[in-house]
This record gives sequence, C-alpha cells and structure tokens, in this order.
Amino acid sequence: MVDFAIKDCALGIVATGHRARTLGELRNTLRNIHPGSIYHHFWGTLLRPQFSDREYNNDFATWCDHSLHDNRIAERLAVIDPADYSDLEGLRQELIEVIDERLDETEVMLFAHADEQFHFARSVIVVFDTHKRIAYPGEFVKVLPELSVGSVFYHFIDARRRYPTAVDDFRAWLVELGPQYDALRAAIAEVDPYFESLHVLRARLAELFADHLGDAQSATPTSPTPGG
Amino acid sequence: MSDPVPVSLLDRYAEHAGPEVIEQLRQLAGQLAGLKVVHVNSTRQGGGVAEILETLVPLMQELGLDVSWEVIEGNDDFFACTKSFHNALQGKALRIPDALLRTYETVNARNADRLRPILEAADFVFVHDPQPAPLLGHCAGRRGKWIWRCHIDVSHPHRPVWKYLRKFVADYDASIFSLEAFAQPMPHPVFIIPPSIDPLSRKNQPLTESEVLKVLEEFSIDPRRPMILQVSRFDQFKDPLGVIQAYQLATQFVPSLQLVLAGGTAVDDPEGDVVLQQVREAAEGDPDIHVLSSGHYTDGTISALQTAADIVLQKSLREGFGLTVTEAMWKGKPVIGGNTGGIRLQLMNHRTGFLVDTPEGAAMRIRYLLADRPRIKQIGQNAHELVRQSFLNTRHLREYLTLLVALLYGAEDRIELE
Repeated sequence: MVDFAIKDCALGIVATGHRARTLGELRNTLRNIHPGSIYHHFWGTLLRPQFSDREYNNDFATWCDHSLHDNRIAERLAVIDPADYSDLEGLRQELIEVIDERLDETEVMLFAHADEQFHFARSVIVVFDTHKRIAYPGEFVKVLPELSVGSVFYHFIDARRRYPTAVDDFRAWLVELGPQYDALRAAIAEVDPYFESLHVLRARLAELFADHLGDAQSATPTSPTPGG
Repeated sequence: MSDPVPVSLLDRYAEHAGPEVIEQLRQLAGQLAGLKVVHVNSTRQGGGVAEILETLVPLMQELGLDVSWEVIEGNDDFFACTKSFHNALQGKALRIPDALLRTYETVNARNADRLRPILEAADFVFVHDPQPAPLLGHCAGRRGKWIWRCHIDVSHPHRPVWKYLRKFVADYDASIFSLEAFAQPMPHPVFIIPPSIDPLSRKNQPLTESEVLKVLEEFSIDPRRPMILQVSRFDQFKDPLGVIQAYQLATQFVPSLQLVLAGGTAVDDPEGDVVLQQVREAAEGDPDIHVLSSGHYTDGTISALQTAADIVLQKSLREGFGLTVTEAMWKGKPVIGGNTGGIRLQLMNHRTGFLVDTPEGAAMRIRYLLADRPRIKQIGQNAHELVRQSFLNTRHLREYLTLLVALLYGAEDRIELE
C-alpha cells in the first residue's frame, strides 16, 4: 500500500492587466487570455482572501450577476462544472459558447460601472511536500482537522484537474485500498467543492472520516469500519 | 527551578491563526532560509505601512530569513511632494512644482548613497510606496530582485503624476498592489496582496471592561449612551466632515448619540493639521462630538474606543485598503464604510457591515443598526471570524513568501518544490 503524501500549497495572484466592462469584452478577452487565468477564476478564488460567500462557482458568473446585473448569463455560467473538461482549453471554449449564446439573444448591451470591471488575474501556485505521510485512512481522523487550508485545496480542489477522472486525492487513494472504503468515497463525492470556504470543507471532510472510520486506532487495514 | 521556556513570536500567532497556519509558514520559508531581504519605506512610525512592517519584519526573521528594515530620510519639501503624489495617485488633479520633484529625486539620491551597500547586497528588496521608489535607479550593482509595493489606491491616478512615477518603478522585477482594481500595467509581474492586521498588537488585543471605562472617562464619553467612532488620519479622503454630517443627521432620530473622531498624523503627511482644523470648526459647539488628535491617545486608547463603540465608521472617499475597517471587524463591530477601494472588499451589506456613498446613507445605516441590537452582535461575530480566516498578518506573510519563491523560481503558473 502506498502512503498518502500530504502536500501543501500557497497561492500568488498575478494581475494580467486585462479588463472587461461588457459581456462582449469578457468574451473577447476570454478568447486569448492565459489559461492560468481561467484556472484562477474557477479554482483559485477558493484559496484567496475574501469576505464574500460564494454564490456562484466561478468569478465570471459572480461578475455577470453583481456588476452586469444579468442573472440569465450568471446562472448559465454557474452550471459549468470545470471538472467536466479534460483541459482548460475545453473549459475556455464552453465559456465562450455560453456567452456567445447570450450575446445572440440580447439586444441591449449592459455595461458595468467603471470601478466594477472584471479584472482578469492568474494564479501562481507553489506546491511543497510537508513530508508527512498517512499510512492508513483512519489516521486522517486526527490529521484532517489540523491540515492547512492549502493542503485541503491541493488535495480536494486542485487534484480534480490532475486526474482524468476529475476526482480528489482522498478518493483516488481510497479506491486503491479496496471496497471497504466505498461508502466513505461515496460520501466524499457528495461534498460540493465550490460553494464553501476551505475551512468549512476541511471540517466536512474531517466529519466524514470520523463518521466512517471512527477513531484512528480502530481504522487500520486489518480492522476497517466501513460504512460508518 | 528552571527558567520558563520563552514562547516564540510565531507560537503566539498560532494562538490566533491556528498552528497549521504557522507550520505552513515554516515550510514555505524553509525554501528561503538565509536569504537577505530589505524593506524600505519613509517612516518608522505612523501610517499603515509602518504598522505592517513592525510585525512582518520580526516574523520573517524568526522564520529564518535575514531581514532588515531601512527608512529613508527626507525634509519638509520632500514630504510635501510625496503627499502630493499620494493625493494625485488617488485621483486628485494637481500639478507638482518642478522644484519639489527635483527635491524628491535629490533626497532619494542622497538616501541611496547611504543605503547602497545593504540594498545592493540583498537578495530581495521591498520598496514601499512612491517615496523611496527611485532608489533602484541608484543601485546599478544590485544583485537581487526588487519589488515595488504600492499600498495606495491607484485605480484612477492623475495621469501626469503616475506617468512621472511610473518611470521609477517600471524597472523593478515585480510590483504588488492591494487589489486587482488598483493594478496598473507594468512590464513585470504584478502581484495582488491585500494587507492585514496584527492580532498581537496592543490595539488589537482584548481589553478588560475597566480598561475601556477608564478611557471613556478620560475623554468624557458617556458609556451609557450609544457611540459611533471613526479612526483614521485627518485626511480629506477619509471624509471626517462627511462623518460629522452623518452624525448630525442621525441625531435627529437618536438624540443621545455620541461621535468620536480619533485620528493621527504621520510624519510624511503635512496636510493633516489643515484637515484637523476643519474638523474642529465643524464640531464646534457640540459637546457630544469628541475630536481626538494624535497627541491625545495611544494604541491602547484606540483599542478601548473601538471596543466601546456600537458602530465603527470608515466613510472614506478613497481608500487603499482600510485597515481600520479590518481592525474594527476583528473586535466584532459592524462597520459602515465608504463604497470605495478595499472597503468594498471587506464589507457586505447585512453580513459584515454596510457600504455607503453619502452622509445620508451612513446616517440611515446608523439608525438601522442602533434600532436592532441583536443585529449588531450577529454582524460583529461574522466580521471577526472572516478577519481571522483571511486578514491576519500571517496570511499576508504567506503571500510575501509565496511571491519570493515565485520570483526565485521564475513566476511560472505552478512551482513544485521538494
């Protein structure tokens, strides 16, 4: 059995200098913007400081609602699940198509206020190994509440773009350990990664591991407590 | 009996931010151990930049970086010029006389002569705000990366002044702005790092009830009556006169209301006295308006006032970030803030406070909150937790370290370290 290597990450936000004030400008900029910017506005948002609750799963939808006041496009952009796309180019095309569709059906050009433009940014992610290793899933019961939010982001959010199956690292590891963890994997799959803060996600995951595996001592490979 | 084991500064921060946050800092800093970092600004005391550096520098030192903090020296003309820069970068159309610009350049050349050895030997140099920006041009033998850190709202700069300053900062290796909206196009990577507060500073530490009451008594503020507070420099962009107007409107419905305006002036802000005089004139004749200038209070006093306030205002017309908003939220207070700059990032209507555009709007929110005390408490709790998660200086430090690693490894999208 391969140990789970706990990694951590920190995010730097880099401004691209590109801005949009209308839906058309958003679409035009999306055509050529650095792919890291699309990553940032879907995933990076979770790791950056913010006071707001996440009403939508990406910044494009949030801006269309809050600054353009166009709920229709906001709702359509919000149902795009980035995990459905094998690469960022596919995600870029989907964004452009959804926006084009909206542009075709609207006759009025909506403008954001000058100080509410969409600012395209990109992320610089620094990933580092904590050199902590998890030998048995039950160890997560104790370890998860103490993980940094950077580790939660790396293993639960960022992982989805690293696997063709778009799963998180926890499920990818558990599947290797056998069917006794199927119930836990199914429960983890139910956690929506986009709407809660990383602090809340950490608490949810810790709760699931505790519910399914009990205390760490009883959750070795020889005495799993599947199903919880 | 053995001596007690000293508690490290990082351990003390762990009590507020969480041990996992500190562990992450240690691991990130491990990649930068021993590197020489120099911060340069224009004042050791007064203003948000000095406050941030007071804590970031020792924290970086404890994490194993070789960090120093240098302050440039200037004369009255120099600070008059840089204050004009500040106003112009925040959008005020003004012309700065050539003589003052020459002073600005000469003072920087003189400071460069003094600081050159340490700056040229550094692996990283953080130059804060426009005051020391020309130093880079005087350090031809520099071997490290230079970062220009802009703490000012430059979303709508007065273009002639920005054009003049841009030539000094364009050659840096990176720049940092507090918000995306502030970022200006540069020929180098532009990072976005919001500022932070220090939970261990005297003004952010919890106080006892008797400590708070003592301060209220000192300034003849009645603890049994509602009190609203604005803490900020006496600066036209902080709109202290608008706050007085909002208070006067609100007192028509809440006659017992008291207003406290507590503001300091920094060494590099020669306009402060002028605005303070205007405030005193507007407050004249109303014993329930308490104007406290820097000669009257300490950080402990400010903390006591924030703790005692029912509502905190920050009715700025322009604002870099608005650290006083963050401080008030840390103390569990709802904040009514101007709809501008970083305040917009921090305040969500009904959740952490209210954004307003006019004195009338501020007056309306004051009335609304004072009529609903449970709401005040609930908003305050939300505000405190959100600051804990995202706006303590441990987060700020993490982002500085991330930037340094990024510059060290080439600022690629993804840097995988062992």
